[in-house]
Amino acid sequence: MPTAPATRTGSAAAPATPARAPRRRRTPRVPYLLLLPAVLVLLLGMGYPVVWQALTSLRDFGLAQQFGAPAEFIGLGNYAELVTDPQLLAVVARSIAFCLVAAGLTVLLGTLFALLMTAVATPARMTLQVSLLLAWAMPVVAAMTVWIWLFDRRRGVINYTLDALGLPFERFDWLSNPWTFFLVALIVVVWMSVPFVAFAMYAGLTQVSPEVLEAAAIDGADGFARFRHIILPMVRPVLSIVLLLQLIWDLRVFTQFTMLQDAGSKSSDYDVLGTYIYKLATSAQDFGMASAFSIIVLLLTIALSWFYVRDLMKQEDQ
Amino acid sequence: MTARLSRRLLTALAFLIALVWVFPVYWMLNSALLPNTVLQSFIPTFFPVPATLSNLRSVATDPSFYSALTMSLAVTFTAVIGCLLFAFLAALAISRFRFRGRASFVLAVLLVQMLPAEGLFIAQYKMVSAAGLLNSVIGISVIYMAAVIPFTVWMLRGFVAAVPLELEEAGMMDGLSRSGAFMRITLPLLAPGLVASGVYAFLQAWNEFTVALVLLPDSAAHTLPLWLRSFIQASATRETDWAQVMAASTIVAVPVILFFLLVQGRMTSGLVAGAVKG
Repeated sequence: MPTAPATRTGSAAAPATPARAPRRRRTPRVPYLLLLPAVLVLLLGMGYPVVWQALTSLRDFGLAQQFGAPAEFIGLGNYAELVTDPQLLAVVARSIAFCLVAAGLTVLLGTLFALLMTAVATPARMTLQVSLLLAWAMPVVAAMTVWIWLFDRRRGVINYTLDALGLPFERFDWLSNPWTFFLVALIVVVWMSVPFVAFAMYAGLTQVSPEVLEAAAIDGADGFARFRHIILPMVRPVLSIVLLLQLIWDLRVFTQFTMLQDAGSKSSDYDVLGTYIYKLATSAQDFGMASAFSIIVLLLTIALSWFYVRDLMKQEDQ
Repeated sequence: MTARLSRRLLTALAFLIALVWVFPVYWMLNSALLPNTVLQSFIPTFFPVPATLSNLRSVATDPSFYSALTMSLAVTFTAVIGCLLFAFLAALAISRFRFRGRASFVLAVLLVQMLPAEGLFIAQYKMVSAAGLLNSVIGISVIYMAAVIPFTVWMLRGFVAAVPLELEEAGMMDGLSRSGAFMRITLPLLAPGLVASGVYAFLQAWNEFTVALVLLPDSAAHTLPLWLRSFIQASATRETDWAQVMAASTIVAVPVILFFLLVQGRMTSGLVAGAVKG
């Protein structure tokens, strides 16, 4: 810990404990030195890329740029193209729709599972918790691999089971149609994310005092009324943070879609923001357009989290 | 009577959901243990009988697996150490000092936390490539640190704030030096926070896919997630060899699952505390 003896002024009354003085006086230089490494890493890893991306989104990249010509500054041209081209807009709309459905479903199921955990006896609760933990702990690449195997056209266990139930699913190709492709993606993403929500909500629910619930039951409140008027207000902070995190995470899903596209169709009808940006940057080398899309993701994320951040900053001021 | 019936129904429901949720994990293990000839059948085999370790053995003796394992270990280790050290110093600054720019730093940390990695990789690629650090441990570790530091600072500041300064001062009154008091009194009290943050950083770096895909194009520099993906792609050229692919997934997943189960209680409480208390 760096000390700064120069600031130890006017401490005539306490020469016996010189070590106390600097910290009590809060030397202005120390906190900045402590922050320096973290700030440098953040500026390098995040700050510079954000600025570069914002500036690049204002430039035009075409074939000539692939041969080294400098990219021309075109202002908001990329954005104008983005909002007028129905195909590009479709990627944005598809991502937002997927994000809303996935996050909503995840939070709904997670909350229901958490309520179920509070309602059943220990063996059932432990069984449910362990199985959710196992799903939660699966690395995403490994989880995707298993799901692709489960949905495999020819030998996947899902087609086999549906077929055995008498449904016409023999050799049904889930990944060759946008609707079923997105359905598979939805199932996988929700499967992976529900455990976190369930555990966070369960932690929140255990904070609700049973006495209050009992008193409400005696006063004649039924299950739904107790949930709505007692439980919900108490777990609202946890609920809003998990919903926010899910929205942010589901807006930027990438690995799941990339691996599903590896396994099935690579057509752009199956793209979301993450995969679309990746393709623009790597195969088309259209850095301007890819950056414009990235900035859209950033803006959407900030818009989603704005209220939460403002709320936290208020607490910080107190 | 009806209450008892509905309780039974709920219990049955809980077991059913548990079964559905764990099924993919079970199916991975089951398929990894079955001989490929059995897995090639159009009728699924629901229990690993006859079980074999040959799939796992042939994946684990693949030299590309060892190269990916080494790379993953190096990248994760560097990122975790750097992240813990830098985030700890920053957490110390914001929870022990009031200074100009403190609120802006806290706001910046919050905002950086929200930045999607998938929106920044082009610039990160350009930057790391310009520095000549593509396919290197250092290049990707810096990006991982930047991604994990905000949350770690956020988590650690709570732990630092919870250690009363008076304890350290009391130690100094008893004759310890300032650094001695810090090492002997404050640091042990912070250990749980450092462990929780370290675990978080470890899991993030170990499992990360997107940034690695961009910054480590050379297959000799692949981390385990990238290795697993290219393993699938390689096996899919003909008819996918699912037994091998599931064995490879198992090798990547099982250590993480075990590690995660060991530490998850601490992580969840830290996560919820960090998220809710702020």
